[in-house]
Amino acid sequence: MKFAVIVFPGSNCDVDMYHAMKDELGEEVEYVWHDAENLDEFDGILLPGGFSYGDYLRSGAIARFSNVMKAIMKAAEQGKPILGVCNGFQILLEAGLLPGAMRRNNSLKFICRPVELRVENNETMFTSAYEKGEIITIPIAHGEGNYYCDEETLNKLIANRQIVFRYHNENPNGSLEDIAGIINEKGNVLGMMPHPERAVDELLGSADGLKLFQSIVKYWREAHVVNA
Amino acid sequence: MSLMLEPNPTMIKEKKIYREMGLTDEEFAMIEKILGRLPNYTETGIFSVMWSEHCSYKNSKPVLKKFPTKGEKVLQGPGEGAGIVDIGDGLAVVFKIESHNHPSAIEPYQGAATGVGGIIRDVFSMGARPIALLNSLRFGELTSPRVKYLFENVVAGIAGYGNCIGIPTVGGEVQFDPAYEGNPLVNAMCVGIIRHEDIQRGIASGVGNTVMYVGAKTGRDGIHGATFASEELTEQSEEKRPAVQVGDPFMEKLLLEACLEVVKSDALVGIQDMGAAGLTSSSAEMASKAGYGIEMNLDLVPQREAGMTPYEMMLSESQERMLLVVKKGREQEIYDLFAKYGLEAKAIGKVTDDKMLRLYFRGEVAAEIPVDALAKDAPVYHKPSKEPAYYREFQEMALYIPQVDNYEETLLSLLAQPTIASKEWVYDQYDYMVRTNTVVAPGSDAAVVRIRGTKKALAMTTDCNSRYIYLDPETGGKIAVAEAARNVVCSGAKPLAITDCLNFGNPEKPEIFWQLEKAVDGMSAACSALETPVISGNVSLYNETNGVAVYPTPVVGMVGLIEDINHITTQEFKQAGDLIYVIGEAEPEFGGSELQKLLSGDIFGKAPSLDLEIEAKRQKELLAAIQAGVVASAHDIAEGGLAVALAECVMNANGLGAKVTINGESVTELFSETQSRFIVSVKKEHQAEFEKLVEAKLIGEVTANALLHIENEQGEKVVRLPVEQMRSVWKGAIPCLLKSKA
Repeated sequence: MKFAVIVFPGSNCDVDMYHAMKDELGEEVEYVWHDAENLDEFDGILLPGGFSYGDYLRSGAIARFSNVMKAIMKAAEQGKPILGVCNGFQILLEAGLLPGAMRRNNSLKFICRPVELRVENNETMFTSAYEKGEIITIPIAHGEGNYYCDEETLNKLIANRQIVFRYHNENPNGSLEDIAGIINEKGNVLGMMPHPERAVDELLGSADGLKLFQSIVKYWREAHVVNA
Repeated sequence: MSLMLEPNPTMIKEKKIYREMGLTDEEFAMIEKILGRLPNYTETGIFSVMWSEHCSYKNSKPVLKKFPTKGEKVLQGPGEGAGIVDIGDGLAVVFKIESHNHPSAIEPYQGAATGVGGIIRDVFSMGARPIALLNSLRFGELTSPRVKYLFENVVAGIAGYGNCIGIPTVGGEVQFDPAYEGNPLVNAMCVGIIRHEDIQRGIASGVGNTVMYVGAKTGRDGIHGATFASEELTEQSEEKRPAVQVGDPFMEKLLLEACLEVVKSDALVGIQDMGAAGLTSSSAEMASKAGYGIEMNLDLVPQREAGMTPYEMMLSESQERMLLVVKKGREQEIYDLFAKYGLEAKAIGKVTDDKMLRLYFRGEVAAEIPVDALAKDAPVYHKPSKEPAYYREFQEMALYIPQVDNYEETLLSLLAQPTIASKEWVYDQYDYMVRTNTVVAPGSDAAVVRIRGTKKALAMTTDCNSRYIYLDPETGGKIAVAEAARNVVCSGAKPLAITDCLNFGNPEKPEIFWQLEKAVDGMSAACSALETPVISGNVSLYNETNGVAVYPTPVVGMVGLIEDINHITTQEFKQAGDLIYVIGEAEPEFGGSELQKLLSGDIFGKAPSLDLEIEAKRQKELLAAIQAGVVASAHDIAEGGLAVALAECVMNANGLGAKVTINGESVTELFSETQSRFIVSVKKEHQAEFEKLVEAKLIGEVTANALLHIENEQGEKVVRLPVEQMRSVWKGAIPCLLKSKA
């Protein structure tokens, strides 16, 4: 499976995502600069964390106008797995690929620490390797992770089982319904504030994020075998 | 000020306008002699910043010469953007620490943020990839609204810059003392990694080569920042707010990536950050180092505002700018490379052979100064030094023996002292994990960052107990270096070298200069004994508010090499049943201790003594034991003594406790700050081997119940506290102080 790590000016978790794919997962991966127009050669798209365009104006608000976004829209329509982490999630929200918006953390401070998440839906292409209700430890590092959406959207998210991860025990940023990660209706675009790519090696504290990436690869392999 | 309103050379001399820029009458006379004429306004400004203490080290140079700077593995000592030490595998580590005290006192968020930005540029201007940030902070007591404001905003500024640019802030230290009430200290350190062949230097050589400007445009911010940094803070300092620069970490991220690409190109001759004194210092220093001259056309300098004068452009300290020298004819490659990152590189001048800095503006020569007069030939002063009266008094005082009635309450009070209390409130705001190499996060003795693609890792720390240095600068200076080395060794690393940030008061006062001299003597002795040369550093003098100096605070930033990631060791106990050892004996040494401060509200008497031979021996033994794989945890005994160190070993562990027995007088055993001591835990099966390698005393065992239980030799209880109770006091102290209304 071949992944693209999209690099916007100001992305800074691109290296982490790249190494998680290459060193820990052992899959093919390439950095793709924000002005690329074609992503056809890639099977999965990863939007890393960081501060694209300095987070000026609003997190993700400028990045969504990048050239590469058209190709990302196309990949989303094609049903390819697309994962946005942290700033990547914010960009997906701004681009309208996922519903809702981000507000500043309710503490008004940047927070970096490992947090516990509950896997709410393990029947997605991103979470099939987890148990339902499994508690996992994944770090967060953000100043704007306080997810919000209107009631109608929330009801839809709940009804369609689009809430994939919730904060467990403690909500670090005030997000609505303890939401840490959501998926689109179609099930191929996941946005999450916690950083699974930072949790792929026990040496650094946790390897609980690895199953997320393994789930994607497993899904792709199975789909690929069926299609072949 | 427009050009029309600038005073002419005669007015500058007659009205002594140069004094406002920080030049003395003697210095102005020297300038007149060097030029053979009177300087114009721009030239006077250029001399004043280049001859400020901040740029020229004119007062501290004779003292700094005493530092040992050489070592087998040192590839670059002081004098460049940052120092470099070989770590094998064709790699080297690059690091430096720098102060941003005065800007932070006036405008804490931007002052701290731009301090971080500046030190990062120093490291990547060497061609190195920055991999970690650390800091060392000092504030007044967290009781006044002003100190809380400074503390919260300095931390937010460091976080704002480091998090955005994506370099993890992995460690540091924060201390609180009334001595820093009006003059906080904000020191930032950056560590980078480089391949030997990529090492760059800030030189401008080769006649006709092109001088290029890259990065942010030049604005009117930070004019005379270097001069501002070289005078005392007063009630009027608030008016200097325009001398504080504004940071743009996004711009710096682009500049960083572009510069790391450009250093791979053989079209590049030299590269330097436009730091203090901006365009002036970068151009003059690059030319002076190379033995050449530089000519620049200021009309070509990218400007943020209309109508800027040469004076303003040359003295601006706008951030995120770099000066490059590029081989003639290869300019286009450089333009293209920067364009990829949305940056414009601009040719603004060329290298000449006449060793002059010559500036053109609107077709006329705006300044013409010999470069060496600005850089290597700047004046040097040998300031008078005098032992302060307080020092003699402290030395002659009778031994201070504290009275403690309730050991448990005392321990809990110590854990709540802001200097000892958990700094989680601070480091939770720093992205300490980005780049996913941080193996040991903030909160242990030293931070540990692995080096991808090797088995190696780097341990890094900043340390300085300024109370000891105030009481006895020479001994305190030794302790600062030794403590940094202890932290590095406890993490499983061999100390490599140090960088230092010498924060002192006004060196024109003989008693302050004496503190500086003695502290450097002590640090030098420790650096020699522990084989950690000084490879870079920074001096910040004039840290005084309304005539009162801060404690002498020579912060030590140390980096050590861990040969194998399996040697990485942390302070917390690991497993019930492990044996607890103490290395070193406690003496009744309480001068400058946390206990003395807690009980008497002040510090006095003698600083703890330090024997460098014993220190070196113990560090070597402990490191050998760690490398042999027989040490489960290691922690140095520092502020608050054995009791606090033991508490830290259990508070950071998950559900474990400790039962230990102390011999001797309980107050001394529990709270003395005698140096060169460690707490180590060892698995039972490693007992024999550990005892063969290390001279240490078995004092107890790690337990499965989360309780710190200390008994005396008669078997009587001294301390018996649930870990949760200690943890809640220790973690809650700083958030609680910040919330309380002063």
